[in-house]
Amino acid sequence: MLRYALKRLISLFISLVVASVVIFAVIEVAPGDPASFMLGVNAQEDTLAALRAELGLDGSKIQRYFNWVSGMLVGDFGTSYTYRTPVSQMIADRMWVSLPLALYALTLSTLIAFPAGIYAAARRGKPGDLTVMGATQLGIAVPNFWFAMMLVLIFAIKLRWFSAGGFAGWDKGVWTGLHSLTLPAIALALPQAAILARVMRSSLLDILGEDFMRTARAKGLSRRQALWRHGVRNALIPVLTIIGLQFSFLLAGSIIIEQVFYLPGLGRLVFQAISARDLIVVESVVMLLVFAVITVNFLVDLAYAGVDPRLRGRS
Amino acid sequence: MTKQMFRTFVSGLAVGASLFATQALAKSDITIAMQLEPPHLDPTSAAAQAIDSVVYTNIFEGLTRFMGDGSVVPGLAESWEISEDGTVYTFKLREGVTFHDATVMDAEDVKFSLDRAMAEDSANAQKALFAGIESVEVVDPLTVKVTLSEPNGNFLFNMAWGDAVIVAPESIDNIKTNPVGTGAFTFGDWVQGDSITLNRYPSYWGDQPALETATFKFISDPTAAFAAMMAEDVDVFDNFPAPENLPQFEADPRFQVLVGSTEGETILSTNNKKPPFDDIRVRQALAHAIDRQAVIDGAMFGYGTPIGTHFAPHNPAYVDLTGNSAHDPEEAAKLLADAGYEEGFETTLHLPPPSYARRGGEIIAAQLADVGIKAEIINVEWAQWLESVFKGKDYGLTIISHTEPMDIGIYARPDYYFQYDSLDAQTLMETLNATTDPDERKKLLGDMQRLIATDYVNGYLFQLAKLGVAKVGVQGLWENAPTAAIDLTQISWAE
Repeated sequence: MLRYALKRLISLFISLVVASVVIFAVIEVAPGDPASFMLGVNAQEDTLAALRAELGLDGSKIQRYFNWVSGMLVGDFGTSYTYRTPVSQMIADRMWVSLPLALYALTLSTLIAFPAGIYAAARRGKPGDLTVMGATQLGIAVPNFWFAMMLVLIFAIKLRWFSAGGFAGWDKGVWTGLHSLTLPAIALALPQAAILARVMRSSLLDILGEDFMRTARAKGLSRRQALWRHGVRNALIPVLTIIGLQFSFLLAGSIIIEQVFYLPGLGRLVFQAISARDLIVVESVVMLLVFAVITVNFLVDLAYAGVDPRLRGRS
Repeated sequence: MTKQMFRTFVSGLAVGASLFATQALAKSDITIAMQLEPPHLDPTSAAAQAIDSVVYTNIFEGLTRFMGDGSVVPGLAESWEISEDGTVYTFKLREGVTFHDATVMDAEDVKFSLDRAMAEDSANAQKALFAGIESVEVVDPLTVKVTLSEPNGNFLFNMAWGDAVIVAPESIDNIKTNPVGTGAFTFGDWVQGDSITLNRYPSYWGDQPALETATFKFISDPTAAFAAMMAEDVDVFDNFPAPENLPQFEADPRFQVLVGSTEGETILSTNNKKPPFDDIRVRQALAHAIDRQAVIDGAMFGYGTPIGTHFAPHNPAYVDLTGNSAHDPEEAAKLLADAGYEEGFETTLHLPPPSYARRGGEIIAAQLADVGIKAEIINVEWAQWLESVFKGKDYGLTIISHTEPMDIGIYARPDYYFQYDSLDAQTLMETLNATTDPDERKKLLGDMQRLIATDYVNGYLFQLAKLGVAKVGVQGLWENAPTAAIDLTQISWAE
């Protein structure tokens, strides 16, 4: 198990180094000068030069890459060009929105998908299965921002149960915070739940045909007991993979949902920073997201090994 | 529940409701939405208009200030004297003005602010406003003498800009995140990505504003803007991003729609040095090929005023020159033929993100195609636009709204991105700058407008409208936008 974990850890480290080089190169190559973006069309050449020097944009690219990486290693992500506040502070603030939102959405999607998937698998081909499958088909086909707009239309504009967007902040209480994240979390969760339910169902159906399931029934377990004790656990591997991918997606991919609900999350930060050419923010946030994705994958790999002992020997 | 209990309960509800009603009468807070979030809160070191929208006249004040109608009135300077030759301005400052940190605002602060803006390492985005200042002297704590190298009829106007507000040396280091000014509102809180809150400043030198607190919320997505307004999450949307939704607000008794004008001359900027646009006949053909009203209707849903020169129609000095570039495709085709382009030609049309450009660009490209000009549309982000179009001058045509007030002076800068190099324009602007007599200035401004219109420097499209949406009951909002500002001191709730 340890060997397996160590191997995974080394590949994690290499991925991070490669990612940092690629991110830095791609973002620095994009046209657009942060200083002239900030000072606009009437800026004079000497003013621009003064600002570039102030931002540390006058050094060589290689120098700046190493400054960036060495800073990150000690937790210093630099200072935002536009906001002039430490990037680590900005990321931490936004994290308090994005992370709970991702977890909230993931919890919702799991809570919906597991029962739905198991129910459909247990009733394969019957009307219950067809209904669930039809609903998930719809869930996959409809984009989440459309869901978002429908939710706003119904629950914010018509019923006034929720505000149309914005984030009240956690200092006003956990309930208030969760309340303002509810519509976005639902909008994010529904399409994910649809995918997850389908994976759960097909994975469970595969398992149900396995020899050990027949053995389980033969030793006297009821259908239900066999399903819960041996079926679900074995069906979890592909489901875990999907959950891992979904979490990364929810953390990084909620840009559109954050726009629709004007939430001050990571996605919107990146979006703003890209158009403002706040390169240091873009680089650091993207790097952080890469780190999160790779780490989640690493944890998922470990979780496989936990669920399936055979994987511990291999790798 | 007995009848008695029910009655008590109902009357309790009624009392509660009437209490609530009295509270509603005294409503002194407001939530104002804007599309863009300011990057920081120092108006003297960035071009972002969102900064001025939040801080101008609310947190920071200058020697002079703009009013909602575009006039320039005394701000922190109570009065001033101008020397005979127009080069020395002696400002008398108001007494009893304090910064929000309780330090006194005096002549030293004015000197500090102006010197800082002019300094070598200054990051002021409008450094040109201060270019003519030779020296700033403190005469006594309430008197400042500003000497110009040559007379400048625009000087008092220049000092009203958000880039020329008075700041204090004591608080300058943290101005970007904790702005300390002399205005009627103090900086309260900033939840980055979400909102900024300002609170009334009890020791303000002028009249106390009606509002106690104001919250600015940042909603960039047009659909979200519509939802926030409809759900009444916000009271005012400063400049509503989706003109197509306005009829819906107009029809809704809960809302009022304020249609005004901005200082934004929206133009089809033309690279005057790049062939074939170096030929005036080609530029004239462009002007006649464009149907302004179709662009306004299609891109702005009818909001906007056609212009025929680079000047705001609401300005008293405006000359209506739209007839000079009237829509006439036949004339355009003829001019192109004269210039040797019977078959038309190909060029590029760079479009920055705002909808006036993206939507307007599609329509204009179609109109140009009708006279044989094939404009390839290239969508760019702002940063790219600045880099390649504005700085690199690597473009044929582009659409942009020039939002700086009174910016006709850019036509006297041959290195400006549309590369119009005209000695006539340059001498005219020099004369104008040196003229202080209002009537004479008006005449010169008229001459300048005519010159750039008949030289067909750019395709003049329309004056960008300011589209405000507010709940019924909100009073004192600026209808026009002579500068980027949301003047909270004038805003109140109707009783």
